[in-house]
Amino acid sequence: MSQNAAHTKSESNNVKPASVKERADLALNNDFLRKAVRFTTERLRDGKQKAANDHGHWEEWRERGRQIRLHTIAHLDYYLNLFADNARANGTHIHFAATGEEAVKIALEIAQRKQAASVVKSKSMVTEELHLNTALESIDVETIETDLGEYIIQLAGETPSHIIIPAIHKNRYQIAELLSKEAGEELLPETTILAGFVRRKLREKFLEADIGMTGCNFAIAETGSMVLFENEGNARMVTTLPKTQITLMGMERIIPSWSDLEVMATLLPRSATGQKLTVYMSGISGPRRKDDGDGPEEQHIIILDNGRSEQLGDPEFQELLNCIRCGACLNACPVYRHIGGHAYGGTYSGPIGAVLTPALNKNVDQWDDIAGASSLCGACYEACPVKIPLHDMLIYLRRRKVERGYGDKVEGLGMKGFGAIMAKSQRFSNVMKVGRIGQKLLVRDGGIPSKLGPLKGWNNYRIAPKLADESFRESWKGLQEELDKNSREMDPVIQKRMEDLLAKRKLEELEGGAGHD
Amino acid sequence: MKVSMFITCISDAVYPKVGEAMARLLARYGVQLEFPEVQTCCGQPAYNSGYWNEARQAALTILEAFEDSDFVIAPSGSCTGMLHHYPKLFQDDPINLAKAQNLQRKSYEFSQFMVQVLGVTDLGAVFPHKVTYHPSCHGTRILGIRDEPMQLMQNVKAMELVPLPFAEDCCGFGGTFAVKMSDISGAMVTEKSDHVLESEAEVLTGLDMGCLMNIAGNLRYRHKPVRVMHLAELLYEGVSGQ
Repeated sequence: MSQNAAHTKSESNNVKPASVKERADLALNNDFLRKAVRFTTERLRDGKQKAANDHGHWEEWRERGRQIRLHTIAHLDYYLNLFADNARANGTHIHFAATGEEAVKIALEIAQRKQAASVVKSKSMVTEELHLNTALESIDVETIETDLGEYIIQLAGETPSHIIIPAIHKNRYQIAELLSKEAGEELLPETTILAGFVRRKLREKFLEADIGMTGCNFAIAETGSMVLFENEGNARMVTTLPKTQITLMGMERIIPSWSDLEVMATLLPRSATGQKLTVYMSGISGPRRKDDGDGPEEQHIIILDNGRSEQLGDPEFQELLNCIRCGACLNACPVYRHIGGHAYGGTYSGPIGAVLTPALNKNVDQWDDIAGASSLCGACYEACPVKIPLHDMLIYLRRRKVERGYGDKVEGLGMKGFGAIMAKSQRFSNVMKVGRIGQKLLVRDGGIPSKLGPLKGWNNYRIAPKLADESFRESWKGLQEELDKNSREMDPVIQKRMEDLLAKRKLEELEGGAGHD
Repeated sequence: MKVSMFITCISDAVYPKVGEAMARLLARYGVQLEFPEVQTCCGQPAYNSGYWNEARQAALTILEAFEDSDFVIAPSGSCTGMLHHYPKLFQDDPINLAKAQNLQRKSYEFSQFMVQVLGVTDLGAVFPHKVTYHPSCHGTRILGIRDEPMQLMQNVKAMELVPLPFAEDCCGFGGTFAVKMSDISGAMVTEKSDHVLESEAEVLTGLDMGCLMNIAGNLRYRHKPVRVMHLAELLYEGVSGQ
């Protein structure tokens, strides 16, 4: 079957360049991609901004969300046990997997035991992390993504480039081309036509499938339930039609109670798409019961560690587990805006991916330089509904790499020089003087356009300024004398303001306060 | 009262006029600045790149320079923001940790000092030009500087302040990022200048010479005659006519 050929395409036919710089250059030279990513991220972040403004108490709710996540992760062992006990009492089979391989093995065993021929999936980043589709195909189980974006990506033989909008890097003409190939006829690049084709196609697949597979947005400890947020209704089909359901979830997806879900349900859709609530929100507590109209006969939840517990107890990274995978940091990120998700090289992209991908891997030597692909502007932190300080974490990753001896050697030498020069003001003064002599040959019209050596990266896009003929410290004596000569009496109002501020600060210091913002 | 200037290495070496404008403006309010010469750089390039030992070498000069100051003023939100990271650098060093916390409490970026400390928002400046403002990320997001520059600019006579599209987006400077990831940074700064041009402003102003050097360099590379200046320079020109 033609669709089989498309579905069995593995990721290996997309050979990715080794470094983030090379991958970013591919994206930077792809105008279609950049335009598509810009268009959608702008729409999403404007939507989020509006939703947050309309909400009216966004900052307070952000803090509530953060507190719920902090509390849950601090007591994760307790809540995981509570969740597992309650889910088992509902008749759900709970499996714990320490590694990705283990989780795949558990899923494949279920598929084999059920003699499954096909699996329908709703969107799940964890299954992307495990490359589960490839694994299922290796035992001849047809695996079909049913989220529209994921379906497109699967047809293209690619991986998602955004946590919630997997095909963000494609425009509708590219999508029409892909779907036309699948349809065996030319489909016009119109949303209703394209979505209509996919809907008809997938309906057959839902009815045939032996197993429905999902991710999990939140797992509710107090009742052993799992909650899914979605807009297309496909997750609801996946969790009601097939006889067997398998859910994969990261071990950190837990929240204690349904009342905590109220806060999360307020934060997640608004942060992700600017919606007050997604079109569908499903809460599932166990397999089909006697009087239920539908639902699977057998339900499995596989709870995955795969590097997550590395963050537990680590003061610099534990908050990473607070992430609710809304994608707001991607939409806010000025780097993601230009390079899209594939440049990050891992399952998770954007600022969260730049931190998560290395953090999930304890071998520092295998870390790519994605933590370096950030200007540290902090837009991610500002966008995050649970206030994860990603911009700080990026620096901690860089530091760990340096301290364990995997830093760039040339940069290391440069920084040694920097430290030595900046340790003594006399050295800094001398360097400025030497620099002024050195730049003489390079200055043109008061700027330095040369692209030689270390100037290349900067001057490919700019003209560098020259060092001033006289540094501030050299000019200070003269300036100070001039200002002192004409000095004015301070306005008593200002004088009093300053004295009051000083007195207040002294008081705060005694009390150990943090001072002004 | 001892009020000290933290010039920042970039203004010291490349943009001394910014420090001069700041000193002259403050003198008008009777603030007599002093300049401790042992200061060098806040250490941010090393800190951000993960070289914390080297960052501490620079930071120690700053701690020493401003130990006795009552107020510290810098013409940069980013370098002032870096001082807020010092407690992390010295968390295992109780003596310097106490100094770092003390420095954090008494440090102000230029516009913060004008508005929060002096209580001055109208400097009596006249600046008959069309101006747009780039809110630098660290000043805005680490220090929370939003209203202060707006208040200062709104009171400038004859000045037309026009909005910068996508103002809150980073200009792509990011210190060593601009060199290490030069093509990504280049794409970012190119877009930022596009937005500056779209605003049709004659003058771009801001509170950080790192970001302004980045944007000015790109504008100049593209032969776009937009004048780029620190807000202190703009205000000083506006009150002195020079």
